[in-house]
Amino acid sequence: MTLSGQIAIAGAYEHPTRFAPDKSESLIMAESARGALEEAGLRLADVDGLFAAGISMGPMGVVNLAEYLNIKPRYLDGTNIGGSSFVAHVSHAAAAIHAGLCEVALILYGSTAASSAMAIGTGLGGGGRDPEAAFVAPYGMTTVGSYALVARRHMHLYGTTPEQLAEIAVTMRQHASLNPEAKMQKRIDVADVLESRMISTPLHLLDCCIISDGGGAVIVTSLERARDLKQPPIVLRGCGEAVCHQEIGSPDLLTIAAKQSSEEAFAMSGLSHDDVDLCTIYDSFTITLLVTLENLGFCKPGEGGAFVEAGRIGLSGALPVNPDGGGLSSNHPGMRGIFLVIEAARQLRGGMGERQVDGAEVALVHGTGGTLGAIHSGATLLLSRD
Amino acid sequence: MAKQEIEYRAPATNWQTRGFWEGCGRGELVLQRCGDCGTVQHKPRGICASCLSSALEHFVACGRGRVYTYTVTHQNNMPGFRDACPYVLAYVDLEEGPRLMTQVAGCEPDAVEIGMAVKADFVDTGDGLGVPRFVPA
Ligand SMILES: [Zn+2]
Repeated sequence: MTLSGQIAIAGAYEHPTRFAPDKSESLIMAESARGALEEAGLRLADVDGLFAAGISMGPMGVVNLAEYLNIKPRYLDGTNIGGSSFVAHVSHAAAAIHAGLCEVALILYGSTAASSAMAIGTGLGGGGRDPEAAFVAPYGMTTVGSYALVARRHMHLYGTTPEQLAEIAVTMRQHASLNPEAKMQKRIDVADVLESRMISTPLHLLDCCIISDGGGAVIVTSLERARDLKQPPIVLRGCGEAVCHQEIGSPDLLTIAAKQSSEEAFAMSGLSHDDVDLCTIYDSFTITLLVTLENLGFCKPGEGGAFVEAGRIGLSGALPVNPDGGGLSSNHPGMRGIFLVIEAARQLRGGMGERQVDGAEVALVHGTGGTLGAIHSGATLLLSRD
Repeated sequence: MAKQEIEYRAPATNWQTRGFWEGCGRGELVLQRCGDCGTVQHKPRGICASCLSSALEHFVACGRGRVYTYTVTHQNNMPGFRDACPYVLAYVDLEEGPRLMTQVAGCEPDAVEIGMAVKADFVDTGDGLGVPRFVPA
């Protein structure tokens, strides 16, 4: 009955755009669908499951998207749990395929966050007239500020330094310098990060992800069918989801959803941490990546600062993370989870040139959605070569 | 020198939350305690989120707590906050248990520390309502 080893990613396409004032979200999604279907050797008519989430998609967004694509899938999933949604869509699609409710699932994301000048990081707060939001809205919690609350607590308890956080941004930029499609390719050093403008202490501008346009598509199907398609199948070995918040009981702010979701994914997969050759981890901010590594179990709570030093998460390190340059340097069109899945699949297929992780057999994908210091979701996948 | 003055507006309320904001208008921090399981909860709800009992009672908290974590916000482009930068966003753990997101005011932002003792301070927003922030105790 287990999902593990039954389902595969058969298509993974990242839209090359980083700035697309001439395109709509739907168009970016449709062009991404074209790219993924072409590389998989499938046609639009083969798609019978549609999965999508977006910043501007309304409550019936996935229905409108089916109309835009002129398809009539028999399975629809518009789950939106923040930027991690597309990681969760893979496991939802796997369950639906395993249950026989669809066979070829298309997962889409598209966004014009940059060209429509969304102030994702520091434009929130104020809260409008929602009584439920009134307990946060008066205080001006920005997205950056929410993550900064986590970073400050981590520094206080464990002595984590701004230099250690900066090391993460430097490594992501090194990776991006090898990715011709990355938005930010110019190498930086720790001093550049520390000298960049303070946004919300202790997070500087270069501790924060960039804002870009972009989108992507992932195709999920049975492993059996994937073996007949054009790309080497990337097999789903384990998955998990979780939610975390700061409500009743004063929970530990540094225990995040990644702990629960990754424990479930590892248990399902039968794999251990030593089996993992690379990770793609949502790096909305440097602290996000650091605290996620701890909660995924790659190091103990409090050891994340030392863990990311000396190039350990670099391409030639013991645990390469985000070979594409991540949200800190490659692209971040508002909700980045789909690129975590795409880059993991591409790396496992191989042939990624200068940024290829040598001998990549197993990848861990982890997406965070929402705001880490307030309410957030987490979704983990373990993927492997066939 | 920080201005630190967020322009607080009257909070949006509903029947579940109005008692809290009216308490702030009187200078009182009103919390909910479950009559069945004893859990103190915040934010206010029409039900106990620990045992789903409806037997909730309200009481006035002492207003004292400690800073659990904080950040000095240097950039917020929204009106009402832009000119208040740098201001301190914080979680405060109340003596009664609940954790509140809030502002720490009444001192230089650089003087705020984790573990610092703070007490509630109320900004009157008119119509009998108020918003709580915290200042050094
Ligand atoms: Zn109760």
